[in-house]
Amino acid sequence: MEYSILILILPLLGFLTLGLAGTRLKGKTAGYVGTALLALAALTAYCTAAQYFNLPRIDGIRPSLRPFNWEWMRFTEHLHIDLGILLDPISVMMLVVITTVSLMVHIYSLGYMEGERGFQRYYAFLGLFTFSMSGLVVATNIFQMYIFWELVGVSSYLLIGFYYTKPEAVAASKKAFIVTRFADLFFLIGILLVSYFTRTFDFGLLCSGDSALFASAMGKTFMGAAVLSWATALIFIGAAGKSAMFPLHIWLPDAMEGPTPVSALIHAATMVVAGVFLVARLFPVYYFFTPEVLHGIAYIAAFTALYAAIVACVQTDIKRVLAFSTISQIGFMLVALGVSGMNGHEGTGYMAAMFHLFTHAMFKALLFLGAGAIIHTVHSNEMSRMGGLRKAMPLTHITFLAACLALAGIPPFSGFFSKDEILSAVFAFSPWMGAGMTFIAALTAFYMFRLYYNIFWGKPAEHEHPLHEAPASMTSPLLFLALISLVAGFLPFGKFVSSNGLEYIIHLDVRIAVGSVVIAIAAIFAARSLYRNGTSAVPDKMAGFFGVFHKAAKNRFYIDEIYQFITHKIIFRCISRPLAWFDRHIIDGFLNGLACITGKGSLAFRWMQTGNLQSYALLMIGGCLLLLFWVLFL
Amino acid sequence: MEPIISMEYYLIVSSIMFFAGIYGFITRRNLIAILISIELVLTSTDINFAVFNRFLFPHQLEGMFFSLFSIGVSAAETAVAIAIIINIYRNIKNVEVRNIKKLKD
Repeated sequence: MEYSILILILPLLGFLTLGLAGTRLKGKTAGYVGTALLALAALTAYCTAAQYFNLPRIDGIRPSLRPFNWEWMRFTEHLHIDLGILLDPISVMMLVVITTVSLMVHIYSLGYMEGERGFQRYYAFLGLFTFSMSGLVVATNIFQMYIFWELVGVSSYLLIGFYYTKPEAVAASKKAFIVTRFADLFFLIGILLVSYFTRTFDFGLLCSGDSALFASAMGKTFMGAAVLSWATALIFIGAAGKSAMFPLHIWLPDAMEGPTPVSALIHAATMVVAGVFLVARLFPVYYFFTPEVLHGIAYIAAFTALYAAIVACVQTDIKRVLAFSTISQIGFMLVALGVSGMNGHEGTGYMAAMFHLFTHAMFKALLFLGAGAIIHTVHSNEMSRMGGLRKAMPLTHITFLAACLALAGIPPFSGFFSKDEILSAVFAFSPWMGAGMTFIAALTAFYMFRLYYNIFWGKPAEHEHPLHEAPASMTSPLLFLALISLVAGFLPFGKFVSSNGLEYIIHLDVRIAVGSVVIAIAAIFAARSLYRNGTSAVPDKMAGFFGVFHKAAKNRFYIDEIYQFITHKIIFRCISRPLAWFDRHIIDGFLNGLACITGKGSLAFRWMQTGNLQSYALLMIGGCLLLLFWVLFL
Repeated sequence: MEPIISMEYYLIVSSIMFFAGIYGFITRRNLIAILISIELVLTSTDINFAVFNRFLFPHQLEGMFFSLFSIGVSAAETAVAIAIIINIYRNIKNVEVRNIKKLKD
């Protein structure tokens, strides 16, 4: 399966050609080149997946293949950094997700980004992102993953700041980069800690569950906790930064300043689930050696899911609602991972997290692309500028509705199946948490249909020009993704991906399924009665009833302000200012002093340089005579 | 054969030439005159070479050759100096040394 390297090479090739020669390409050529290369990459990924999942199981377990493993930097016997390709169920599944969504976004952008300044730059960055993300999921060792992890961060930064003349976009890209980079610092420390004790970076060894590997870390503690717990917790902080877990989620809503297809690709479907992927990749380490960290992940993720769902209910910017919904859904995935066990029925959570990752990528990309089509027509992100769009944009309406139903967990859409697995895993872990997650699922249905009714129903807003349906290049990806969202739930996902590699057969837990569907439908009807006409006074009354709470939720519970306070008032004032003062006055002062002394000194000698040839000659002769005198008489 | 004029007289002449050259180099205002002064200095050293060779090592010829060599060098140097002076003249229309202070500014 050596050809799987093409999945990485083709987008990279696209990035290099479009990046270096893109400005010479006229019109939409750059887009066609990028899309064609990506289509080939997607095809390769499908071939890889088809071949991989048809390979015979070894002892009932899917094999983990390495078509490539190239030793890149060798420092010592144990310390070497490899670059390679690791094919196992989750990486192959991720490759399919990444290339599919990326291809859809490429096609969609042909219509959405048409005529934009920097069209070819946009496609070059998309290629770079696809390359880095594929490299991340196929990494054979944790260090390679870290390298691609950073590359993904860079391409996300470049794409958020694509409209670099807009100050908000620039600020958002900076914020995203700094927050994720800050988290990555902890990730790096975690990697170094783990590899220091295990003497390897390799995923194959780390995930073998071999306790001899971690023997040197056993019994060592730091500040009252085992060193290994610290290490895996630090790695999770890196994952939380990328996956926008509370309290490192603040960059994701702002990242919506980027072009909408980018939000679909990076900030909904692929990059933000890198953290989930990382935890899934290192799942045996978490499960066997630091189960308490795994449970901590579950609690953090559950809290994040609740927080983001509440905030999503009151946002008015369509993309921000979707952004908070993404945060909430990633919370769902991480909760499922956190409560998962290893074998048999206990491993439901792991399978469910991966399943939800897969289905969520598809329908959330669909939601963002649909939102992009709406924004393209309405020229605004605000819900108040929309309303009654179902007649003007029938295709967008249908596909958006399909995605909303999938996200709300209504059968037979894919979200129902994956969310139901998550809920049953959580109920098995703790009924209280399961009830909480069901409530969050109901909130999800509520805010999605609040969005849906506000956009497509209600009274239309005034527009200067007639509204129109998006072009075919934009609607065809919508239809394709809607189709996937409709049928993906019927995939026997447990046959492909499971925690221990054995085949896992999904069976719906009828009680949980019926319960969650009923509560979701109730939430949908609540949203319908509140927002369908757009004239109901109940929402305002409810806002008044909740008062302070509503205002706080609208301001995202002031988390950004708290960060602002900490960074500006505490870090900048108490640490950065004195450091800047020291730098400016002590270090610069010393060097400036040196320069000043040299300058003054040379001015003092300046009179000697008369520029007169003969005075130089006189001085020289005088010097010679002095030397002569010295030699002869002293 | 003992030379008629003893060595000291030659050296007196060459010393006078040398210091006259230096005096001229420092005091003259005209570049051509300065160049002539330099020639005086060089010629006085040539005389010294020849004289010391003649009186101290009568059976060898190194001093003579060295003065020939030095004459050749001074001829070349004069050619270069004249070329520079002509260029200066073309630029500032005179050859006064006090007007050449460009390097200072």
